[in-house]
Order: sequence, then structure tokens, then C-alpha cells
Amino acid sequence: MTSTTIAEPRDHLQAQMRWRWGEIAFWLATLLPFILAPDYLLLASQVAIAALFVLSLDLILGFAGIVSLGHAAYFGTGAYTAGLISKWGWGEPLTGLVIAALAAGLFGYVTSFIIARFRHLPLIMITLGIGLLLQESANSASWLTGGFDGLQGIHIWPILGRFRFDLYGYAAYGYALAALFVIFLGARRLIHSPFGLALRGIRDNSQRMRAIGAATHSHIRTIYTIAAMIAGAAGAILAQTTETVSLEVLGFQRSADVLVMLILGGAGRLYGGLLGAVVYMVARDQFSGLNPQYWYFWIGLLLIAVVVVVPNGLLGGLSLLTRPAKAKS
Amino acid sequence: MPPVFGVLFDGLAYGVLLFLLSVGLSVTLGMMNFVNLAHCSFAMLGGYVTVTLMNRLGWPFFATLPAAFVAAAAVSVVLERAFFRRFYNASDLEQCLLTIGIVFVSIAAAAYIYGTDQQPVQLPAFLRGSIAFAGLNFAIYRLFLIGIALIITAVLVATLEMTRFGAQVRAAVNNQRMARGLGIDVDTLFAVTFALGSGLAGLGGALAINLIGLDPSFAFTYLIYVLIVVSVGGLGSIGGSLAAAILLGVSDIAGKYYVPAIGSILIYLVMTVLIMLRPAGIFGRR
Amino acid sequence: MSESALAARGVDKRFGSLVVAANVNLALPPGARHALIGPNGAGKTTLINLMTGMLRPDAGQILLSGKDVTAFAPEERVRRGLARTYQINSLFPHLTALESVTLAVCERRRVAQTWWRGLIAYREEIEEAHQILGALMLGEVCHRPARELAYGQQRLLEIALALASRPKVLLLDEPAAGVPREESKELFAAIAGLSRDIAVLFIEHDMELVFRFASRVIVMVGGSILVEGTPAEIASDPQVRAVYLGKATRA
Repeated sequence: MTSTTIAEPRDHLQAQMRWRWGEIAFWLATLLPFILAPDYLLLASQVAIAALFVLSLDLILGFAGIVSLGHAAYFGTGAYTAGLISKWGWGEPLTGLVIAALAAGLFGYVTSFIIARFRHLPLIMITLGIGLLLQESANSASWLTGGFDGLQGIHIWPILGRFRFDLYGYAAYGYALAALFVIFLGARRLIHSPFGLALRGIRDNSQRMRAIGAATHSHIRTIYTIAAMIAGAAGAILAQTTETVSLEVLGFQRSADVLVMLILGGAGRLYGGLLGAVVYMVARDQFSGLNPQYWYFWIGLLLIAVVVVVPNGLLGGLSLLTRPAKAKS
Repeated sequence: MPPVFGVLFDGLAYGVLLFLLSVGLSVTLGMMNFVNLAHCSFAMLGGYVTVTLMNRLGWPFFATLPAAFVAAAAVSVVLERAFFRRFYNASDLEQCLLTIGIVFVSIAAAAYIYGTDQQPVQLPAFLRGSIAFAGLNFAIYRLFLIGIALIITAVLVATLEMTRFGAQVRAAVNNQRMARGLGIDVDTLFAVTFALGSGLAGLGGALAINLIGLDPSFAFTYLIYVLIVVSVGGLGSIGGSLAAAILLGVSDIAGKYYVPAIGSILIYLVMTVLIMLRPAGIFGRR
Repeated sequence: MSESALAARGVDKRFGSLVVAANVNLALPPGARHALIGPNGAGKTTLINLMTGMLRPDAGQILLSGKDVTAFAPEERVRRGLARTYQINSLFPHLTALESVTLAVCERRRVAQTWWRGLIAYREEIEEAHQILGALMLGEVCHRPARELAYGQQRLLEIALALASRPKVLLLDEPAAGVPREESKELFAAIAGLSRDIAVLFIEHDMELVFRFASRVIVMVGGSILVEGTPAEIASDPQVRAVYLGKATRA
């Protein structure tokens, strides 16, 4: 037995967990829009919502290897729940957020029993099917969802009695950013826990996981439920800050967009998804004058380029350039 | 005759069209496990080739059909050689993303060149109208569709069962490694099969114009139906694809006729449940 | 008669017309060192898959310490003390050796589902993983991702992963397969160092390994057990000679 004591292996793992300068800089930078770009706070809040949504997809796709083409189902469930609660008279945002997240989490929990049992094409199809089913059902149940016209009559009370959601966007961005940061802290903790390690094991080799006695189905159900809750929270914040909910929150477009954002930035790194969301949403805003067709032309080319050239997304490409940094954020 | 027969007839016509659109994907997915979500872009290409040849160059309808087949097959060969073959061993996610990227590009290109409206195409006179029979009207074009589909199915089955090429295809779908080990040039075989499958999709796209219409969103809207047919019917199974396509066609038409409020819910529900019960498809092997 | 650590009774398995296991009876006493040999295609790895639960037998039973586990899922059998390694490395490519073994230890101790506590808080698990790796001479490289290890080291990591579940029965599928001569010393030492509490069954083609470590050899051909005996008996058995020198039929 060598003379290395227990301190050494733990030190190495501890070093991986430490907050890096880049991370601190990133979060400080998220405060900049308040000062430097106060006209764009509504856009900033949209970016924060997208980032939260991408974070939830990263947990299941980047860390557990579950490819979902229907993740908007949970985003939309959160959005409609938050909208309906307000429409029915309770406009307090924080409790509404929690209830909406729980509702999305419940739906996620139920569907996770199905999700956990499949891989490859059947799994992709099932996630697609669930998303489409929910969208169609929401369309049909127009007595509940407002159908094509969307939910009307949402009115959100000021946060903590003081901060109203208005066109200036201060409250919206502050709310969305705070939620993003808090949930991110939780996700970061999860990544560095034994459970996070187990997820990476499932992604790397789920068969071997079973051979070491892992209850892989149980792990998948857990992370899927957690991810559904986070997606639901993102949807709820969207509903609350914009006071509108329409069918597109459940649509395939949204599921595809969040997938593109995650891949662009790099899956499995937490910050990759955030970066992808920022780049995608800002770019889309810049090009919003363009015909949507042309937008998707460039996105299509970009996707092809990413897969062919930099399969690990922007962050993956960057980390190739800065080789020695080997640990995951 | 009660209207249900009319519904069944329309569903059958729709179903065989879906079959033509899907069979290529089923076989190539079964052979190479390559998730080609851009399959319906080839169908769309075939449709637009027909539109261009007929409306801008005055070709007769029937002449455009082989052209649609050939055009789609040719483009698919180029894409396969240049791109796809590098990704046969890539992860599902990478294949999905690559081909979704191609779908996006194809939709944008179609919108740019042709605009976003439906493309009308004038059928030859003898294909228009309908035949009245036992109190119901049977559209001649749909009869034509069913007829063509039956002929093509017969040709496909004959090729698979009776030619050496067909035997090689069946071997490669069944067990690729073994097929290579026996000296079958699986790569060329796949390129040919891929071209044929895409060509059929192109033909389907051309035939689809007068049944379900053609606009840039075609590549995406019908992708979902095609995926349903392939997943439910089983990879690599022609019979399975035909059965699943007809089942889907009839269910969709019947659902929309009898319970319009349900829309596509029934389809998606049935698909999801079927895939859960039989992940390899009704006739699938894996 | 004392209980076997692992036993297969009357196990049958066929894929269509291909018989991969025919009335297989096998008993592994506690602390055993048994070797399973036979030509390619004899059904050895299939038997391991049947015993670990990756395949369901058409007939027969699998017993672990006397308990019938035939209906149990693979992970359930692992929890009851049955571990295996793979003929072709089946590791976690992006996880470091230490992370991989720590994960296995955490799964065994049922703490892998806690997501609110950091991994570094689990000192005992990390220490245990470190010790297992150290005993297999992998201490120096424990922070390298599995895919960056030398092939021989990867084979050792295979064994480390299996040992992390504290098995009572260990099934080694060709542990020396593909390991170059220079790296096989550590491997042999690792196998020699396996605790006497563990019953070991290993599939091997490397006869040096078989004669060095096995106290009993089982010969399998075409899905059936041909003969069993001590290494010396098997070496001089004319039937076995015929099988290996070409008179046997392939399955």
C-alpha cells in the first residue's frame, strides 16, 4: 500500500467542485443588464427563462443520456398551471411558481415510469408522442386552455407585495434570474453528489450500471421528475412575467429549440446549456426582423456544422482549446 | 353503402401514400440503424420537382413521376456519400441533430424558392373526378393511388424475395456483421437501398400533392406520420410498414370524420401505447 | 452437503433452433477456484449471462447460496453477492478509475441516490474505492478517465468494479483476453490475491492461468458440460484432447 492517505483522492474530487473564477464572473455578468442594458430587460428575462429550461434538459440529456424530443410538455404544464391558478383568482407569483413546478413534476413522475424502460428510437418516439399528445389535448380542451387563442385573464400580483411585472422588465428579469440562480445552485450540487456520478454512469454505460447493482430505472425516474419540475418552473415564470400562455409552450418548436440551444452550447456541462441559451436567444432577437424561414435555414446549417465539426458544442470546442482544464464545471 | 366504406376507402388511399413515403426509411433504418429524420425532405423534393416540371416546363403529369423518383434518389446518393456515411456509428442524438439540421435547411430553401403557399398541380383529365358506386363517390385519383401502391408493393416484394439483390438486402437487415462476413458489400448495398428508398419517398411526395397538398412544412409535418409508421410497423419490414401505414391512414381519417374534436389525439395515443407494448414494432425483429 | 455459493440446475436455453445451453448442471462451492473452458461458441459466456440474469433460461434454476434467483433481475443478484466482469471491457469511459469504483461502492451501500450531499462527504466510500484500486496496482492512475488507461489496466479496472460490490461469487469472463505479456503480471497477481471468501469461476483460454489458479476445471462444448475434473485429469482426458484438436463439432 502506498503512502498516499485518504486526503489525496478527496482533494482531487474537491478541486473539481470548487467554484472557478469563470463561474463567478459569469454570474456577476448576469447582473450587468440592469445597469448596461435596461431597455433589454424583457429580453433578458426571456433569456433567463430559456436558460432555466435548457438546464432542465441538460440534466436528463447531458447527464443521464435521455434524448427527449418532447421536453416542452413539462414546460407547458408549468406554464398552463401557473396561468390557470392566476386566472382562477390566486395571483401570488411565488406560491404559484411552486405549485406549477410541482404539477409539472407530478406529470414528469408519472411519465418517467414509461421513459425509464426504453432507449434509442423507441424512447425518442415516445418522448415525441407524449409531447404531441399533450399539445393536441390542450388544443382540444379549449374550455380549459383557451385553445388556439390561449389563456386569457391572467393577472399576477406584485412579488413580495412590492415588485410589479411591467413593461420595464426589472421585476421580470430579477425574478427569472433569481429563480435561475437558486435552481442552478441545486443542480450544481446534484452534479457533484453520488447521484450525479450515478447519472454519468448511466449515460456512459447503463448495462454496466446494472452489473454493479445500480437501480438504473429508479435513478432515471428521479432525475426525470426533477428535470420536469425545473422545466415547469421555467414555464411558470414565462406565464407569470408575460401574463400570457398559448399553445406554443407545449409545441414541438419549443422542444426542438431547447434541444438546439443545449447542443450549441455543449451538453453535460451545465454552463454549456446556459451559454447556448444566451447565444441563441440573443441571436434570434437580433435577426427577428428576418423571415422565420431564413432563421431556420441558418440554425439548420449551424446544427450540421456543430455535429460535424464540434460535437461537444461551443463549450466543448473551447475546452479543446484550453486542454489542461479537464474537470467538468 | 353506408358512409363507413367511403371513410375506409379514403383511409386506405391515405394509408398507401404513407406507405410509399415510409417504406424506404423502414428498410434503411433496419439495415444501418441510421436515424434519418430528413427522409421526408426527399419526399418534399420529389413533390417540388413535379410542380416545377409541370407548372414551369409544361411536362405531363405522368412524365414527372419518374423524374421525381430519380431526382430524390440522386440527391440522396450525394448526401449519403458526402455526409451520412461518416455517421453510421455515431450516437442516436448526433444522427438526429444532423438530419434535423438538413430538414431545417430544406424547409427554408423550399420556402425561399417556392414561397409558403400550397402548390397546385393540374391533374390530367382522366384522373379527375370520381366514380359513383353503390351510393358513394370514389375519387378516381385515390383509386389510381391505390393501384400504383399495389404495383409498387408487388415489385418490392418480388425484388426482395426473388432477386439476389433482395436476398442480400434481407441478409444485411437481419445481421449486418454476418452479411459482411459472407462477403456482401454492405456499404454499396446500403447506398443503393438508400437511393431507392429516398426515390420512393420522392415519388410519394409527387403523388401526395393532389391528396394532402405540398408546402414547405411537408418535410416536417409528415415526418411525424412516417416515424409512426416505421416505429409501429417494425424496422426493415415491408409488410409491417404497409400494415402500419394503412392502420394509421384509416385511423386518422376515421377519427377526423367521426370525432373531429379528437383530432390527432387518437393517433398519438395509439402510437405511444403500441411502441410501449412492442418497442420493436408489430412486425419488428430487434 | 454444504450449500454451493452458486449453482445452476438443469438450465436450458435455445435461440430458435440454436441450442446454447442443454441441461447444464454446475455447482460452485464457497471459496472455489474453478475454470470453465471450451472451444469458441461452446456457450460459456451465454452461461454467465444466464447466471447473472441478463438472459432468462427456458428451463432450470439458478441458485445463489441456496436461494432460487432465477426470476431475479441482474441488479438484484448483484446485491445478493454475484458479480461479473466482461470479456470485452465494459467500463465507464469518461469516469476516472476512482470515480468508477466509488460509484460501485456507493451503489452497494445504497447511497447513490442522494443528490443533496456532495460526493466528497462520503469519505469511507472513497477510501474503500482507493484501497481496492491500490490493491490492484491502479492507485497511481486512479484519477485518469477509464478510456485513457492502458488495456491491461482497464482489465484490472474491470475486476475492481466487480470487487467493489463485495461479491461472494465472482464470474470472470476471460480476464486475460487481449492483455499483452508485459501487463499480465499484475493481472495474475490480482487473481492470486482474490480473497478466499469469494467463489471464483473464470472462463479462460489461457491454459497457464487455468493450471495456476484453478482447483477444478469444467469443459463445455456445444452448450453442454462434457466433463469436469482436476486440471491434471482434464489435461490427460482423451475426449478433451479431441475437442481441442479438432474432432468436435461446433455448436
